[in-house]
Amino acid sequence: MSSMPTDHVPPGDDPEDGAPILDVRGVSVTYDDVQALDDVSVSLRAGSICGLIGVNGSGKSTLFKALMGLVAPQQGTVELFGRTTAAARRAGLVAYMPQAEEVDWTFPVSVSDVVGMGVYGRLGAARRLRPADRAAVGEALERVGLTDLGRRQIGRLSGGQRKRVFIARSIAQDARLLLLDEPFAGVDQASERTMTALLRDLREEGRSVLVSTHDLAGVPEFCDEAVLLHRRVLAHGHPAAVLTQGNLARAFGAAPSDDDPRPLHPAATGES
Amino acid sequence: MDVLAFLVEPLQYGFLTRALAVTVAAAVVAAVLSCWLILMGWSLMGDAVSHAVLPGVALAYIIGIPFSIGAFVFGAGAVALIGIVRSTTKLKADTVIGVVFTALFAAGLAIVSATPSQIDLMHILFGNVLGVSSGDVWQVLILGAVTLAILLFKRRDLTLLAFDRTHAHVIGLNTRFLSALLLGLLALTVVVGLQAVGIILVVAMLITPGATAFLLSRSFDRMLVIAVVLTVAASVTGIYASYYLDISTGAAVVLSQAIVFAVVYLVGRPDGVLWQARRRRPGSPVGGRRRSPDAVAAAVAPRRGADDAATSGA
Repeated sequence: MSSMPTDHVPPGDDPEDGAPILDVRGVSVTYDDVQALDDVSVSLRAGSICGLIGVNGSGKSTLFKALMGLVAPQQGTVELFGRTTAAARRAGLVAYMPQAEEVDWTFPVSVSDVVGMGVYGRLGAARRLRPADRAAVGEALERVGLTDLGRRQIGRLSGGQRKRVFIARSIAQDARLLLLDEPFAGVDQASERTMTALLRDLREEGRSVLVSTHDLAGVPEFCDEAVLLHRRVLAHGHPAAVLTQGNLARAFGAAPSDDDPRPLHPAATGES
Repeated sequence: MDVLAFLVEPLQYGFLTRALAVTVAAAVVAAVLSCWLILMGWSLMGDAVSHAVLPGVALAYIIGIPFSIGAFVFGAGAVALIGIVRSTTKLKADTVIGVVFTALFAAGLAIVSATPSQIDLMHILFGNVLGVSSGDVWQVLILGAVTLAILLFKRRDLTLLAFDRTHAHVIGLNTRFLSALLLGLLALTVVVGLQAVGIILVVAMLITPGATAFLLSRSFDRMLVIAVVLTVAASVTGIYASYYLDISTGAAVVLSQAIVFAVVYLVGRPDGVLWQARRRRPGSPVGGRRRSPDAVAAAVAPRRGADDAATSGA
């Protein structure tokens, strides 16, 4: 059930030489009669921050679920690090940061309990943390600046601190691909700067970050590349090349003005 | 009558010491399980499983096998049936649970009514803890110990499952197995508890201790300890109350647990309902209440989510 410690790949060297971090080929997903993803192909290289941009219902969540093996595509294949998604999960290569609304903030767990859950994949059946694991949790807390709040119940944190708990969890896990779902929603500007700095550090260590967002502010300076999604991949490349008036009009349904790149009325096309 | 005599007198009767052993053992197992059950949002599942075991208990009596086997088969069967119907229809979980457990409960009533002389329905529904044999005691103690051992061994996985199922899946844990394990242990716990308080009131043992402990806890391990301590206290109190006040044992135990919940709800924590009401009274000092970091953060920091809502609403 748990992966052997030797399976655990230290950041820096590629687990499968030459294989892309993430390789999605011709993926289509249909729920009942609603098509969420239509022939989506995306490939990412190691050590980059990629923005996955689209309105609500554009298929961002479905693509994340396909990457995590939570939905099985009717067509196409998904590979992570040249392996199946299941093999990549067992090797502890993937981490997911949930949206704030998905988390039960009243749950009786402390900050360090949650960060400790990052290392469960490499522990025995009872998930007892060994001294080395406790050290990894401590280091992760220190990197995100939450050392003093380790014993605090997670609901008693600010919005930005809450996000950092989950970044710390993926650091403790030593994941190589981080999937972040709307990480900047409900976060003040100062916390957002702290988080982007942290994520850049993680990229410098050779980790890859895929950030799902419908908020375009910050994408050009924060992301190395961007994928514009509207059930199909509309554009993929350098943020400046992706976030053009024409592309945004196609993705968001209306051309935003020059001085405000954010859409005024993101077309709500149902839950993905 | 002095305190010692008050406490010792009931224990002279073998049936009462057996009742005490069975009730405390069942209550402890149920209290531990209830901590996960309420955090998973599965309280209704506890209700369903406990009702659904009735046909199993009735059939076991008729065939002449230990009641726990029949109860476990039908408890686990109900869980499986609920899972199958839920995953193959568009119906919501509570609807499916309602359909399945009432059907099984009715089937149990039908079986019992067809064989009236062999089975005392009241004992199954409301427990007959004063009538347990020493064989029943051992059955409860062994099943309870096994259930408790598995729960405690897998407690970190179960807590992760309840807190963040997606993360559990993403790091390669088998979330389906863990869900099935917890539901299987739920069925076992119902089997253990129905001897003590019957299948109707075992629901209370499966929900109330966890609910009470949740109000008092900020960490899960603490929640487990509080749930166990409170449930043992309530069970012992219930047994003594039943003896001295001559009321139904199952009812006395469940009422004791409910009273503990009520006390905790009203005064047991800094934000207890009574303390809040006191603070709201005119003339009482304002500002004594600590603001949560949430409230502070919300007041101080402009939130992007709120900005967006305002923009798109304009």
